[in-house]
Order: sequence, then structure tokens, then C-alpha cells
Amino acid sequence: MTSDPPSTVSTTSRRGTATAATRVLGVLTIVMIGWLGVFGLLLSPADRDQGDAVRIMYVHVPSVWLAYLAFIVTALASAVHLFGKGHSMQADRVAGASAEIGVVFMAVTLVTGMLWGRITWGVYWQWDARLTTTALLFISYIGYLAVRGLEGSRSQRARRSAIVGLLAVLEVPLVHWSVRLWRSLHQEATVLGTDLDVSLDGLMLFSLFVGVVAFTLLFLWLLLHRSRVLTMIDLSAETGLDAALAQRRAEGGVTA
Amino acid sequence: MTDAGFILGSYAITFGSILIFAWRTVRSGKSLSDGMSDEEKPWL
Repeated sequence: MTSDPPSTVSTTSRRGTATAATRVLGVLTIVMIGWLGVFGLLLSPADRDQGDAVRIMYVHVPSVWLAYLAFIVTALASAVHLFGKGHSMQADRVAGASAEIGVVFMAVTLVTGMLWGRITWGVYWQWDARLTTTALLFISYIGYLAVRGLEGSRSQRARRSAIVGLLAVLEVPLVHWSVRLWRSLHQEATVLGTDLDVSLDGLMLFSLFVGVVAFTLLFLWLLLHRSRVLTMIDLSAETGLDAALAQRRAEGGVTA
Repeated sequence: MTDAGFILGSYAITFGSILIFAWRTVRSGKSLSDGMSDEEKPWL
């Protein structure tokens, strides 16, 4: 019979990035996403023109809403880092975490949009103004994440990426208004037109509302967890650097 | 339901992406927090 190796985990340490608040938020998010599935696939009616294809809207629109929200939060956190007192590194981590979430949901938006396009337009992709600007926005934030991964100190990384985050967000209104600025295959705003008149009604509008609320809660949950992960990655890098310096000093016989 | 493959596929891609991203985030949080004390976790 063999005995288990001694654990390196402190018995007083709590695992993970969860707190009571994130657990409550997580449960609420799961419930809302469950409701989104029920309303989107079962309860909401088929559209007069698009038929059942309209059901893709209940995941496509909340996905793009979440991506826009994430990129705006990235820009706000970048501004806090760049122009705030003390150049908060926590703001930089929030910006990074939010951009990662935004990129995931922008990818989901593009793929679900392609599937919707295949049904309504007969093709997966067209070099149309809305689709092209959305792809450009997606690539810009891939670039933002690449800048975060460049060599350099943490403060250099934060400063560079904050500048990119503030520039890239300028594409969001361009994407949103592209259907009006250029002739586009893509339909105009689903819920609110320029006259602020709601063009959806009844169960369809409610299903979309459930989706937007579910994805907003999901964004908050992911942002809290992901920014805590980035905090620990930074801390691990610092600890690793301190240990490496101590080792080099010990090898050279230098006392700190 | 017409075009069920495309519609269900879009839901599967969306929910699958959420699940994978959330799972990876929680998992990396757990593995990183293993080597840290509670004092190093400002959210606690």
C-alpha cells in the first residue's frame, strides 16, 4: 500500500477564483441561458418572412451585444490605466480580460451570422459592408491580444495595449452604422430603428430580451473570473522572477 | 422546424463556446490558485 505524496497546497488556501457573489451570478446566468434555449427554440414563433431561421437571432444579437460591451469595457479600463492616477494595473487586467471575452463572442457572432446568412442569402459569406467591418473588428482585437503578448515589462505591455484598446473601439460605431453608411445585404437594427420605434413585438422581443440579459450576466461572470486569473498570472510571473533573481544572487555569492 | 441543422448548429456553437471558455477560465483559476495563499487573492 502506498501513501499519497504530501500536498503542496496550503490547507488554509481556497481554490479557484469563485466567491459567493460569483456563484450566485453563475447560477442566475445558467438559469437565464436555459430560458434562452427554451424561448429561442420552442416558445417564440417563426417569422412571417424568415420562418424558423429567425431563431438564430436570439443567440446572434446577444453575442454581438456582448462583444460590443466587452470592447467598450476594454476601452474604458484602458483609459483608466492610461490617464488615471497611479496607472492602475488592475484596470489593465480588466481591459485584457474583457478583450479576450469580446474576441470569443465576436467569433461566435461571425459563425452564427454565417449560418443565418446561408439560410437567408444562400451563401455563408459576402464581402458586404457589415460583414467586412465585423471581420475587421475581430482581427483588430486579435491584434490587441497579440500586443498584450509582446515582450517587455508589465507597464510597457499595459501602456501599449491601452493605446490599441482606445483606437480599436472606434471601429464599433463604424460596424454598427455600416448598414446605413453603405448599401448592405445585412438587415438594419433588429430592435430599434433610427426613429427609436420598436420593430419587434410580443414573444420575439421578449426572447431577445432574455438573450441580452443572459449574455450580460454571462459577461459579468466571465469578466470577474478572467480578470482574477490574469491577476494570478501576473503574480506568478513576479514570484517566478523574484525566485530567479534570488537564485542568480545565490549562485554569484551576492547577498540581497 | 425548417433548416434545423443550421439553427441547432448555431445554438450548439454558441453554448459550446461559452462552456469551453468558462471551463478553461475556471480550470486555469483553480490551477493557478493552488500555489497561492488567500492573502495573495485580493477578491477573497
